Amino acid sequence: MKDDIILTMRGICKSFPGVRALNNVDFTLRRGKIHALMGENGAGKSTLIKVLTGVYSMDGGEIRIEGHDSPIIIRSPQEAQNYGISTVYQEISLCPNLTVAENLYIGRDTSSTVDWKTREKKAGELLEGLGIPARPRQQLGSISLAVQQMVAIARAVDTDCKVLILDEPTSSLDDNEVEMLFRLMRDLKTRGVGIVFVTHFLEQVYEVSDQITVLRNGELVGEYEVDKLPQVELVSKMIGKTLDELSTIKNKKAPSGEAEVLYEAEELSSTESKKFDFHIDKGEVNGFTGLLGSGRSESVRAIFGADQVTGGIIRIHGKKVQITKPIDAMKNGIGYLPEDRKRDGIIADLSVRDNIILALQVLRGMGHPISRQNADAFADEYIKALNIKTASRETPVGSLSGGNQQKVILARWLLTHPEYLILDEPTRGIDVGTKAEIQRLVLKLAEEGVSVTFISSEIEEMLRTCSRLIVMRDRNIVGELTGADLTQERVMSTIVGRGDDHE
Amino acid sequence: MTMNKKITTKNFFTNNSQLLVPLIAILLLLIFNLIRDPSFFSIGVATNNNGDPVLQGNLISILNGASELVVISMGMTLVTAASGGQDISVGALAAIAGSVFVKVIKSGGTISPALVLGAFLLCSLVAMIFGCFNGMLVSAFGIQPMIATLILFTCGRSIAYWINGGATPTVSSPIITAVGSFIPGVPVPTPILIVILMAIFFGLLFRFTTLNLYIQTVGINQNASRLNGIHVAGIKLLAFILLGLCCAVAGVIGVSRLSLINHETILLNIEMDAILAVAIGGNNLGGGKFKMLGSVLGAYAIQALTITLYAMKVPSTDVKAYKAIVIVLLVVLGSPVVKEAMARIRRKLRGRRSTALAKEV
Repeated sequence: MKDDIILTMRGICKSFPGVRALNNVDFTLRRGKIHALMGENGAGKSTLIKVLTGVYSMDGGEIRIEGHDSPIIIRSPQEAQNYGISTVYQEISLCPNLTVAENLYIGRDTSSTVDWKTREKKAGELLEGLGIPARPRQQLGSISLAVQQMVAIARAVDTDCKVLILDEPTSSLDDNEVEMLFRLMRDLKTRGVGIVFVTHFLEQVYEVSDQITVLRNGELVGEYEVDKLPQVELVSKMIGKTLDELSTIKNKKAPSGEAEVLYEAEELSSTESKKFDFHIDKGEVNGFTGLLGSGRSESVRAIFGADQVTGGIIRIHGKKVQITKPIDAMKNGIGYLPEDRKRDGIIADLSVRDNIILALQVLRGMGHPISRQNADAFADEYIKALNIKTASRETPVGSLSGGNQQKVILARWLLTHPEYLILDEPTRGIDVGTKAEIQRLVLKLAEEGVSVTFISSEIEEMLRTCSRLIVMRDRNIVGELTGADLTQERVMSTIVGRGDDHE
Repeated sequence: MTMNKKITTKNFFTNNSQLLVPLIAILLLLIFNLIRDPSFFSIGVATNNNGDPVLQGNLISILNGASELVVISMGMTLVTAASGGQDISVGALAAIAGSVFVKVIKSGGTISPALVLGAFLLCSLVAMIFGCFNGMLVSAFGIQPMIATLILFTCGRSIAYWINGGATPTVSSPIITAVGSFIPGVPVPTPILIVILMAIFFGLLFRFTTLNLYIQTVGINQNASRLNGIHVAGIKLLAFILLGLCCAVAGVIGVSRLSLINHETILLNIEMDAILAVAIGGNNLGGGKFKMLGSVLGAYAIQALTITLYAMKVPSTDVKAYKAIVIVLLVVLGSPVVKEAMARIRRKLRGRRSTALAKEV
């Protein structure tokens, strides 16, 4: 049995200023096994991976790899590669404008001359051997993300790798593509490669993994065989509470039809969205649902004026208003948490404090800066209220984990005390614990009379929080579900047409 | 209390680590001069032609001579931060502003303080309009700042030439002399006072408006800025307009020093020094976070270097070569690689200290 172990990490410790990222963590990888590394955001998964790949140097502990008698020290990704440790990241780090074959071999030259004919032939064999549907002379950018990812894996595997690390490989793939990737992973397994699989998706873990290691707050919770650990238990180990929490979250409020209409749009349209009608009551939580590209994000962007508004009549509290750009919406008490938090949300280099006060500051106007003292107080208040994990309010927001960045943006809008809050995918790429916190927060806000429009790719989550769902397909609203109709089946059947993507 | 104070000074340096490079540069230059020639530092009081007492000495020359560069670097910092690019037309724009200044004074008959003030206001307005032109190209048309300002860089001195019909007119008057060298009864050179006024101006601007936050926000993430209600194009435009004002001030100082305008030579190549000052000051030339104080210190470091070289009797033809050597050192010192290495060393030291502490406990 012992011979099967190809990698052991023992007592790994790593600290950053103000944060203990890893504390005495063990990790063991066996030949031909897929080992899932699970934990909430900030649990230490990425740090552990970065220690293993030489991006960070560890403060303590030892790493042993098969074929070396003494503990090894990994100082750079290049050294990790030399030990047979390869990584494929979530964001593909290949060159889209080169061909597949070029991407497979670039940077691995040992001689100064290159024989591309042989290269392409070898590339073809490699791709075929792994069952990857790509041709060597194809430009990488022209193939789907999933296949690009598989090319990245092929490249990693071809460098004689013993340990393959897949860091959130499935987050931008659809179901078929995920299946394709899993086939490749199983194939590599039979070749004796040990795979470290980092992901947020529980189902996927159970589909392909053999073992699970769970981390929490930088500490090892334990290592488990997949078939001996039920999902519910896994979740509770990840967040450290026995958890019915998610299932207890439920919006019990049914739209009464008596509440005051807060926001109303007639034939609203933008450069990105078709004409649609929409309204939301005071204290209501509703949601736009539909497949990716169905126009749900574009619709809420039109409401906020994020894209150029091309027409429509908008009333707030029954009074006609003009909302053509974000500042108009903000002045009318609307807040908007964008879908892509890196691109549209955070100001990465600025402090948590500056990020939190930004929207309120803009509302107050250029000539009325918030004093440093007030800004500090606001920041501290929301860091505490939303339980934002940050070394201090001065920390650049870009260095926080994804879930905490999302909370900072939430804090930014909560600070403006909006009447209407639009949340586009607030829980994407966020761990279960933070998800529950955000869902609970949404319902609490609704109780306080704030109207919320919620968008999520996870229908479960929307069914839990929303009392009315607007279903979209091909940029049109195709249905509206309330009350007893709020079931997964009804949503699916309303979406139909492309509903066959789902089981 | 002392504990508190210690923490604040320590915080000052961790929060302002980007100021270290220009500070070290200035310090090293001064120490070097002190060793080379202790009299370098002597500040004397001399009497000028009008019989007024004035301060003299190398330190005063550094502070005085750097004035135009410092003022332009202030504006350049804002443009760099907001637009992620540099304005290379600042020298040309200063020439235009200087020419307008002279033209107005020349056409006004007797030179009175009111006329000089009017001339300054008018030339500031003209410079801000040109800054607006640059800013429009950048913010409304999305042209790279360096390309957008290349236009004015190319034609600016020609425009300055037309304003005064190709002549290099002189404007000799006690008032102009007062602006360019000394106000009677005040021993500090006037350009230094002007720099202080500009510093106060920007200080107040940052204190009583949100310009600082907005410029950084726009420079870091335009999409997010727009979605938070910030007028992105407006902020960039404002940065260019403020730089225009800085150019006008620098142009007026330049003209007043010599009491004449030479559109071909006034503040020639200052754009490169200004960009360099911004870089030495630890500001990212790709935009985003900035510290104006860094650029100001950077500008003084550049001037200190020049004066040192002259004081060492380096022939003026060789000065640029020596300057280049020092600049290479400064830029390498401020580079990400060196910074990272320094941070590693600091962490190691701190780690050792904390383990030592732990052991004691």
